[in-house]
Amino acid sequence: MSRLSEQGLTRRALMSRAVAAGALAVAGAGFIAAPDAAWAVEVTAISEHEMATLLQMARDIYPHDRVGDRFYAIAVKAYDSEEQKALVAEGVAALDAAARAAGFDSYLAAGWEAERVEILRRIEDTAFFQAVRGGLVTGLYNQKEVWPIFGYEGESFSEGGYIDRGFDDIDWL
Amino acid sequence: MTQAAKFELGDDNVVVIIGTGASGGVLANELAQKGVKVVALEAGGRYMPEDYINDEWDSFGQLAWTDPRTTSGDWRVAKDFSGLPAWIVKAVGGTSIHWAGASLRFQDHEWKARTTYGAVEGASLLDWPIDAAEMAPWYDRAEAKLGVTGTGERARLPGNNNYKIFEKGAKALGYQDVHTGNMAINSADYDDRLACQQTGFCFQGCKWGAKWSSAYTDIPRGEATGNLEVRAHAHAARILHDDSGKVTGVEYFDQDGNLHLQKARVVCVAGNSFESPRLLLNSHSSMFPDGLANSSGQVGRNYMRHTTGSVYGIFEQPVRMYRGTTMAGIIRDEARHDPSRGFVGGYELETLALGLPFMAAFLDPGAWGREFTTALDAYENMAGMWIVGEDMPQAENRVTLSDVEDGFGLKVANVHFSDHPNDIAMRNHAYARGQAIYKAVGATRTLPTPPYPSTHNLGTNRMSERPEDGVVNKWGQSHDIANLFVSDGSQFTTGAAENPTLTIVALAIRQADHIATEMAAGNL
Repeated sequence: MSRLSEQGLTRRALMSRAVAAGALAVAGAGFIAAPDAAWAVEVTAISEHEMATLLQMARDIYPHDRVGDRFYAIAVKAYDSEEQKALVAEGVAALDAAARAAGFDSYLAAGWEAERVEILRRIEDTAFFQAVRGGLVTGLYNQKEVWPIFGYEGESFSEGGYIDRGFDDIDWL
Repeated sequence: MTQAAKFELGDDNVVVIIGTGASGGVLANELAQKGVKVVALEAGGRYMPEDYINDEWDSFGQLAWTDPRTTSGDWRVAKDFSGLPAWIVKAVGGTSIHWAGASLRFQDHEWKARTTYGAVEGASLLDWPIDAAEMAPWYDRAEAKLGVTGTGERARLPGNNNYKIFEKGAKALGYQDVHTGNMAINSADYDDRLACQQTGFCFQGCKWGAKWSSAYTDIPRGEATGNLEVRAHAHAARILHDDSGKVTGVEYFDQDGNLHLQKARVVCVAGNSFESPRLLLNSHSSMFPDGLANSSGQVGRNYMRHTTGSVYGIFEQPVRMYRGTTMAGIIRDEARHDPSRGFVGGYELETLALGLPFMAAFLDPGAWGREFTTALDAYENMAGMWIVGEDMPQAENRVTLSDVEDGFGLKVANVHFSDHPNDIAMRNHAYARGQAIYKAVGATRTLPTPPYPSTHNLGTNRMSERPEDGVVNKWGQSHDIANLFVSDGSQFTTGAAENPTLTIVALAIRQADHIATEMAAGNL
């Protein structure tokens, strides 16, 4: 199975500082960025609207309120490619059509997560949705940088395991 | 140290073993120690503890068998992981690199499943042609070889955080037979291997060598005798035979795709319960149109994978279940046969932890949204256990040849599995007990988690008293062809409730003794 994090954006392309809460903005000129410009994603093959939609989809599929947008951006960055652009264009168009059928101007125009989840449920059997969801399983959760947010410590051999570092330190039982 | 042997392709005095895991690796060493010349063909490469990786996906990429397989049946794995019916290893040492180390003897009655349980509708239950008394001395030798804790003079492992929660919940419910298990993981230095350093990552290969694996014990020791040659990246294609119906050698592809023929006096198939029947079926000929050793039509049938599932509990405060030995914790009280629970056979409950990446992949495959993500948000406060129970053999749960071909042009295995009603009743009982255990120690949420891709693959070349009921006799020797043996878990007549590796190793030691004796007597 591939590791999207390795195929995706490098740190150089993201200004990975703290991210302010708030919706993504289409910054124009081939970029989308956080509203405070704390980070940005360059798009080349797909449109800014499509990348912004992918990012919101990623957040709505696997919402973790303590995980910043920049990690989701890394997870979906690989869709900005010539190989994926047709799938993305068709998928985002279908998603926006589903949103209009539900009374919104677009998927991104639906303000509440619950409203967007309702829209996603309408397309969840499509190849596009399943590709995005399946890719996130490794693309998001296999980023070593997100592990500490979940309290997962990762590799331990180089530190001698946990034999002297708390394998049995539970104190609340 | 003696140089590892190198045998000629045309040497027809060697025993060829296909596979080098818990069965093939042990069989190879045991035969080599007795002076028998052995060529072991291994489809994968060779990795040692310094090569193993403390990272779930990277390790999976290094070790797992990811060659194509196909699936069918109503098991959820066929939907969620359609090309990955099993999480097993392609490497010298096989799945003994990945296994958790749980080393349990069968309970006496489990050798006589048909007699003990009676007729179960839809199940193809059979008694083994061997029993507990026959196997006791071989279990003794297997436990000593693997250094199993809680047997002999060997102390059990200390309990980690995940175990402490599990134990307290179990005791609160009145369970009695609760401890850190019988593990092939050293609690103290043993047999030139270190004691467990509580590193976690048992499934990714033990970088300390504290867990037994044939990769760094039996195989190098066999090679040191000068009687064993291991050929890595040697993918068996078919077993050949002569006009008398005796097998004569094995065709295999090397790393560059070149086909070779290694002649053999005896062939032992030890490729795990998908590849072993696949190889027998792919070896069909005009004399054996349905595949080798298949006059009964039983090759590939009665696939068993244990009734499994997991239960995770979320608590108010941190657990950090991933720290320490992954599976050193067991409750055995439910392993008994007690049909008053609504099913025959029994199950073990064992501690289990996954890292965050695999938890995301396996907690509820395909799920999304906040029900899923709020569970992962609590990862640090999670405890986990695994259910492993006896599943019913069913004739239609089987490995057949798929229309799909692998990179060598060989038809791959299709794995068809559907739960028996007994399996479902057992799993539901175990889910309820597991959730009660965690609630008894204050779990705020419990998660009955579906079975993962199989790790215990059993029964597709089963052992039987009568030739028409199975593929091999009580020695693992095929009923049809005297010099063709099956050496792995595919011999299992029934699965019992216990993790299978100790029994696989005991059977391999016993089979080596039998083959060497028969060769010396001129019968093979």
